[in-house]
Amino acid sequence: MLDPASGSSDAVAAVSGVGSLAWLLLALPAFGATVLLLGGRRTDKWGHLLGCATVIASFAYGVALFFDTIGQTGERTSELHLFDWVPVNALNVEFGLRLDPLSLTFVLLITGVGSLIHIYSIGYMAHEAGRRKFFAYLNLFVAAMLLLVLGNGFVTLYFGWEGVGLASYLLIGWYQHKPEAASAAKKAFLMNRVGDLGLAIGIFILFKELGTTQYTEVFARVGELSAAEVTAVTLLLLLGACGKSGQFPLQAWLPDAMAGPTPVSALIHAATMVTAGVYLIARANPIYNASADGRLVVMIIGAVTLIIGCIIGCAYDDFKKVLAYSTVSQIGYMILAVGLGPVGYALGIMHLLTHGFFKAGLFLGAGSVMHGMNDEGNIRRMGGLWRKMPITFVTWTLGYLALIGFPFLSGYFSKDAIIAAAFSEPGWRGWVFGGAAALGAAITAFYMTRLLFLVFLGKPRWEDLKSEDGREYHPHESGLTMTVPMILLAVGSVGAGAFLSSGNTLANWLSPSLGALQEQHGVLDHTVVNFLVLGLSALGVLVAWLFFGRRPQPVERPQRVSFVVRAARNDLYGNALNEALFARPGTWLTRALVFVDNKGVDGLVNGSAALLGGSSGRLRRLQTGFVRSYALSMLLGAIFVLGALLMVRFS
Amino acid sequence: MTPTYYLLLSALLFSLGAVGVLVRRNAIVVFMCIELMLNAVNLSLVTFARINGGLGGQVMAFFVMVVAAAEVVVGLTIIMAIFKTRRSASVDDSNLLKY
Repeated sequence: MLDPASGSSDAVAAVSGVGSLAWLLLALPAFGATVLLLGGRRTDKWGHLLGCATVIASFAYGVALFFDTIGQTGERTSELHLFDWVPVNALNVEFGLRLDPLSLTFVLLITGVGSLIHIYSIGYMAHEAGRRKFFAYLNLFVAAMLLLVLGNGFVTLYFGWEGVGLASYLLIGWYQHKPEAASAAKKAFLMNRVGDLGLAIGIFILFKELGTTQYTEVFARVGELSAAEVTAVTLLLLLGACGKSGQFPLQAWLPDAMAGPTPVSALIHAATMVTAGVYLIARANPIYNASADGRLVVMIIGAVTLIIGCIIGCAYDDFKKVLAYSTVSQIGYMILAVGLGPVGYALGIMHLLTHGFFKAGLFLGAGSVMHGMNDEGNIRRMGGLWRKMPITFVTWTLGYLALIGFPFLSGYFSKDAIIAAAFSEPGWRGWVFGGAAALGAAITAFYMTRLLFLVFLGKPRWEDLKSEDGREYHPHESGLTMTVPMILLAVGSVGAGAFLSSGNTLANWLSPSLGALQEQHGVLDHTVVNFLVLGLSALGVLVAWLFFGRRPQPVERPQRVSFVVRAARNDLYGNALNEALFARPGTWLTRALVFVDNKGVDGLVNGSAALLGGSSGRLRRLQTGFVRSYALSMLLGAIFVLGALLMVRFS
Repeated sequence: MTPTYYLLLSALLFSLGAVGVLVRRNAIVVFMCIELMLNAVNLSLVTFARINGGLGGQVMAFFVMVVAAAEVVVGLTIIMAIFKTRRSASVDDSNLLKY
């Protein structure tokens, strides 16, 4: 019998050398999670160390694998067949790992940033009773995320996709005694279900039309799909990406997810898991290349999300929620980039990497501030913290500068490249998408500068205040386990962009997975865009200084505000929109169905029973118990029979 | 002799018995009316036997008498039992077996 694996390995080389142990990448964190979850309290003393060790070991192995792959020539793509997962008649799902530049890039990001955040968590979660369990969940997340990016088919991707969803749910709901954390976890899980449904149906269509779900076979045979099928698959995969990556219209769960501990926000809801949607679209690039309509929708979703993310980010007073909306908007940039097609895939991945550094750094900085401020998250109760937390201030500011695209820091290279690529689209698309992206850059500069002024600069507003539990604020710099990861991430925020973009290093490295990075020239030239974005960002910073830097800020949030601010404080009515469009019609539908069931189906059954019962009740009255009435009916019956006989006889 | 008179008498007796069963309340009287109906039937059986010149109808009349005798024994016992417990021989009083 033909081994199904051999069919797929015709196109892709089998793994040899260092890569033959690539399953260790997944197995190490999975092993850590298993030991910590099954070991119980016995592992309390050393659980966090094991949790860090497994991820760091994975990272070390990933680096070795990376250099091994760089040493190869040609396609640099190989697959490691582990076992036949679902061999059922026509459905033959193989459990294998695909080692190519794209997946290895993600492995380095996930395990690298993951290691730093694991180390940070040792300090951040030091006072938590269940720290061991926290590390177990983090390890579980890393294992699932690695499976997501390393799997060599859509089904393995889906397995990892659900795995990270589970880990995300467990970690958002970490403070389970708080109702808002519990409901945020549920909200994240449910909204992700909506996206997962799209992803699942997309995979079903691929299987129905092509009979396989392995990447190599699907991508080789995209041409066999009709145009409508390709568009349907692209839109369904996009729905999946929207759910996981917090894109419009499923963006509302991500800010609520900030109810989880800060390292979780940094790792899962900023650097890695929420970028899975970008990974999915970049990975499925042969399908997206085949559908210009699908890519246009991707671009629209990205542009809309990046704008609404920015606008809402301006209005929130919660440190982490502002960063969360910033994440939503930055992922909007990435989605926009991958929607641009061959001119943007590599740019999207590059922004994903640099964003992974600076956003994780910004979140860890926020965590450090909150750690020193009795877990206070309201930025209006902060101010002037740079004196008290110099390391946090410097690292956070470097991340901030990287995010707003300060020249020659990471964001400058990655975000401006996306904006330039958006302007390079021909015709109205160039103006619309480029304009939206450039406007987004200005608003990004505004709300991030607002954060900087309210948290670190200005007058200390916390001196006369007490936190909710009645303690006074004594802001202090965090310990080494927390500052070292922040410093390393700040270094990444500063240098990663220049390193990755100089000579198109990243684009060339990724070209076996994503195709060569193409260039096109549309409505605006790259240099013009560069200066335009710099000018707009500077304008954003200036406006923020006018509003928040010049004069002291009130501790209470101003109530008399314009319509725009009020809308932004209400998430631009994203929750209301979801509720009105989906939740309420769903409720109505279920209520109508319950009505039909109660009154219609039950009515029919109960009605016929009641009819029989009622009529028998009436008939029963004939049994009076009076012998003479029985005699009369017998007589009448006899006369009737007799009459009938006579009529038959004589008619 | 004309059999018609016998048959008319039989019909008259049967009707008397039937009306008695329907209108009288005393169980003993009802019982007697039933006997009357049985004997009206006996009379017509014998009459038809005579008309046809056979013995079948007369034998049948004897059978009816035997059955009627047995029925009287059982029926009177039941009436006695009911009278003992309820101090009443009215058929309308023993109406418990109903809806």
